Amino acid sequence: MKELLNVKGRIFNIQRFSIHDGPGVRTIVFLKGCPLRCKWCCNPESQDYRFETITTAGIPKNVGKDVTVAEVMEEIERDRVYYRRSGFGGVTLSGGECLFQPEFSSALLAICKERGISTAIETTALADIEIIRRILPFVDTVLMDIKHINEEKHKQFTGKDNSLILENAKIISREAKELIIRTPVIPTFNDEESEIEAIAKFAHSLENVKEMHLLPYHRIGSDKYAGLGRKYEMAHISTPSKEQIAKLFKIVENQGLKCQIGG
Amino acid sequence: MKFYTEPIEKSPRIEKLVDALYGNMPQIEAERAVLLTESYKKTEGEPIITRRAKAFSHILKHLPIVIRDDELIVGSATRTPRGCQVFPEYSFDWLENEFDTVETRVADPFFISEATKSTLSEVYKYWKGRTTSELATSYMSDEAKSAIDHGMFTPGNYFYNGIGHVTVDYPKVLAVGYEGIIKEAKEELKSISFGDADYSKRKHFLDAVIMSCEAVILFAERYANLAEYMAKSAQDIKRKRELETISVNCRRVPKKGAESFYEACQSFWFIQMLLQVESSGHSISPGRFDQYMYPYYKKDLESGIITREFAQELMDCIWVKLNDLNKVRDAASAEGFAGYSLFQNLIVGGQDKNGKDATNDLSFMAITATEHVFLPQPSFSVRVWNGTPHEFLIRAGELTRTGIGFPAYYNDEVIIPSLQSRGLTLEDARDYNIIGCVEPQKAAKTDGWHDAAFFNMCRPLELVFSSGMDKGVQLGKKTMPVESMTEYKQFEDAYKEQMNYFIELMVHADNAIDLAHAERCPLPFQSCMVNDCIKRGKSLQEGGAIYNFTGPQGFGIANVTDAIYAIKKLVFENKKYSLKFFKEALDANFGKDMDHSMASKLTEQIVKSIASSNDDISEETIKTVYMTVKNNPATDEQKKKYNALLDDIGALAKFGNDNDEVDAFAREMAYTYTKPLEKYKNPRGGIFQAGLYPVSANVPLGAQTGATPDGRLAFTPIADGVSPAAGRDVKGPTAAANSVSRLDHYIASNGTLFNMKFHPSALEGRSGLESFVALVRGYFDQKGSHMQFNVVSRETLRDAQKHPEKYKSLVVRVAGYSALFTTLSKGLQEDIINRTEQQGF
Repeated sequence: MKELLNVKGRIFNIQRFSIHDGPGVRTIVFLKGCPLRCKWCCNPESQDYRFETITTAGIPKNVGKDVTVAEVMEEIERDRVYYRRSGFGGVTLSGGECLFQPEFSSALLAICKERGISTAIETTALADIEIIRRILPFVDTVLMDIKHINEEKHKQFTGKDNSLILENAKIISREAKELIIRTPVIPTFNDEESEIEAIAKFAHSLENVKEMHLLPYHRIGSDKYAGLGRKYEMAHISTPSKEQIAKLFKIVENQGLKCQIGG
Repeated sequence: MKFYTEPIEKSPRIEKLVDALYGNMPQIEAERAVLLTESYKKTEGEPIITRRAKAFSHILKHLPIVIRDDELIVGSATRTPRGCQVFPEYSFDWLENEFDTVETRVADPFFISEATKSTLSEVYKYWKGRTTSELATSYMSDEAKSAIDHGMFTPGNYFYNGIGHVTVDYPKVLAVGYEGIIKEAKEELKSISFGDADYSKRKHFLDAVIMSCEAVILFAERYANLAEYMAKSAQDIKRKRELETISVNCRRVPKKGAESFYEACQSFWFIQMLLQVESSGHSISPGRFDQYMYPYYKKDLESGIITREFAQELMDCIWVKLNDLNKVRDAASAEGFAGYSLFQNLIVGGQDKNGKDATNDLSFMAITATEHVFLPQPSFSVRVWNGTPHEFLIRAGELTRTGIGFPAYYNDEVIIPSLQSRGLTLEDARDYNIIGCVEPQKAAKTDGWHDAAFFNMCRPLELVFSSGMDKGVQLGKKTMPVESMTEYKQFEDAYKEQMNYFIELMVHADNAIDLAHAERCPLPFQSCMVNDCIKRGKSLQEGGAIYNFTGPQGFGIANVTDAIYAIKKLVFENKKYSLKFFKEALDANFGKDMDHSMASKLTEQIVKSIASSNDDISEETIKTVYMTVKNNPATDEQKKKYNALLDDIGALAKFGNDNDEVDAFAREMAYTYTKPLEKYKNPRGGIFQAGLYPVSANVPLGAQTGATPDGRLAFTPIADGVSPAAGRDVKGPTAAANSVSRLDHYIASNGTLFNMKFHPSALEGRSGLESFVALVRGYFDQKGSHMQFNVVSRETLRDAQKHPEKYKSLVVRVAGYSALFTTLSKGLQEDIINRTEQQGF
């Protein structure tokens, strides 16, 4: 186990007292690098594995830091008392994509489990299934994104088609301790009732999936694009209305799934 | 035990009572002062305790009485709602000087009529030379007075006012009534004998107790008669019946023991209100209301005499009445205690004296009452320990989520052993309640003098840089000039030397004031409800209580920590800057310009010090001084250097970010205040114990403090309580809580205060509440002592500044209490807005 502590990975943030990404009080480790390029991504600085500079309020800041598992654990351990007091709290690996750095992710998750800390990952599941299988034994909850069922549209808005994602979903649903499907609701991309219904149907068809989360589009990350010198392609769309979300909520529940709005 | 947790609907009566209370600006009334003076004039030469009792009787015989519309619980200290009486026996100069400004001042204005002004002016003639504050002044050394003038510490609270800060034996009065106490005093009289050395002292004290209790019984009877009279002429039949019941109640209690929940409520109210007619002390705290009221509630509920809804309505009525009392303070103190607060702390939950959980239905209903009434009083608190029911904390979290700033959360697991370390028995420690803001003590056995002074920990640091010189005077110790210091220890030693010196002066100032209260204002009524005054035959003020303390507060830990840490790192470890340069930068306020209000303040100070040596000051001079102060005279090159210094300070780790090294340093820095204080004794036979909190004095006292080496600019607020400096805790609420928990909360047995501000989104939904409770529990697991929350968005507060008329009922947490946001001064509003806002992510 000791060698696992020395494994290095690349992260861009550690956020404590997170209460919206997995159960209880959680520490989120944001890994750098992602295979997708979702146009609405609220963490655009997470996409590229390379170090970057982001400018906020005129002040440039480096994004990305290479750290060892031991260093991350030091930060994670600091909130242990809050994980325990919130019942199911613990660590969530987010990103970016944690499957993009399998050595680091599996080492970090293994150490967490060894030390009795509950674990979750937020993932696109776009990776070789053997990589996923290396990580799954150390994960209590998989929060997996399914953004669209239509292959073309998926590719158009995220840069990659979804066939591998959907295939992996089936395997994960059989092998993970718990799988929750999450769908960002993005106007002009997937906010039609038929589109959400298709995702819900697919989710329902998976073994052991009982819950689906709808994450309404928000613009919180939009300023970051300018800070990175990039263009924000979703500038023209607005956030979905409450009524629309309520409708979609019903559609998911009609599929026999428990639905939650927000993480 | 299964609790009744369902919310109970608010009776329409409560809305009406609240509206009537807040219809007008509060008013100063003169009756008490006039009656007091009449009595005093007739009792010249008699023992002081007798004079106090006679004056109290005279006041209660003639004070105007009023039953307000729709009231179920009656008894008012003033004719007008939220009015206040004045207490010239403590001090009066300040009010006379402020007659013409008290109505228009920013913090806590009061209306005062021309007639009242002239009546009071007449009354004040008698009091010249007879007040506690004048006697305290003559007991005080020049050194202490000078330190106060220079803003090193301020004992203003008890210097100019009554002490208050007590929780009396409510359960005893509820059980046996004042007849029972009279009987006890009479028994005691039988046991003393002419030959006893202290016979006369005890005899007069006990007589004074009996006289005071009889006066209270008579006062309640006046209310019984008034209610009866009003019932006769009442048109509305429902109101007629209500008044008849009120009349019956007031004829029985507080004379006799209460037989029903309603009577217990009425009896409670007379005690609570009359304590605040006898003296002007604030923080007269109801304490464990859910515990001592519960037997009456349970009995009535089981026998079907009362419904839960009516019990709730009665509690709501008491909550409203607690806001009917008021107090006028001098302009400076009003800023320090802004928001008309009386700090009547009422606490629910926690353990009983045997260590079992004591949460009951009334604990929940007290939360509901606070929601229903939604006003700054009572200062509402909950006790938390490992055995606290989860659903109780969730319910408390729901109240927190409303943004009212209540409840404050207190940790039994720290406070009980902390009190034991100060000599309380385990049973007494388990039965603690909170006084005022955050001060723990055992009810009915303690004279805690909990708010004895504010000690600004940043000021001695300033004096290290000047070797004790302040505004041209050798105020502090002549410590080694910073220019010749070669190692860190010399700097730390100099700080400790300045600290120790001013701590001792503060102790002396407090003890001088203590003596004055014992000599001039012993309080027989208050004393008869605190053990063992009757047995010992002496008042609380003379040491009649079983536990005696003096608790002055230190504040500014976060600033002092960050500041001395910066010196240690940048001067002595990295050797990047010299202390000489630091001194220059501080004197130049880091080369920053000042805004108008701060520049004016400083100009005034400078002009005054010029004036003291040379009385010929022209308009022109004032203008020059102002411009020099406002536009920093530092050259561009200097400014550049100072900016670089600020950047380097900014880059250092700061308290509040879960950094082990800095947090350990903060613990040591807090000891520079808490430890030296422990060795001192007070005249009542008790010891000094430190608190770490500033109420809201961090703003006005910050305005008297120059720039500090943590990068804090001159005259800006100092960090509140034990909280990190505003805006410097950037790693979220758990990191801030971890840092603060690393201070020694046990030794600060007079209380610590940790403010946290949340954006409302962080507490949304059940999961938000669960996480919130986990945060409180997690901080308490790590032995933090107190926590309180403001849950209101920055945008809301900004909007409230712009449109105060829309936010008349916006209550925010200030320090150990909540207040209506729009009644706070601009500076304090800004301070609250600037506290770091924590979000859930």
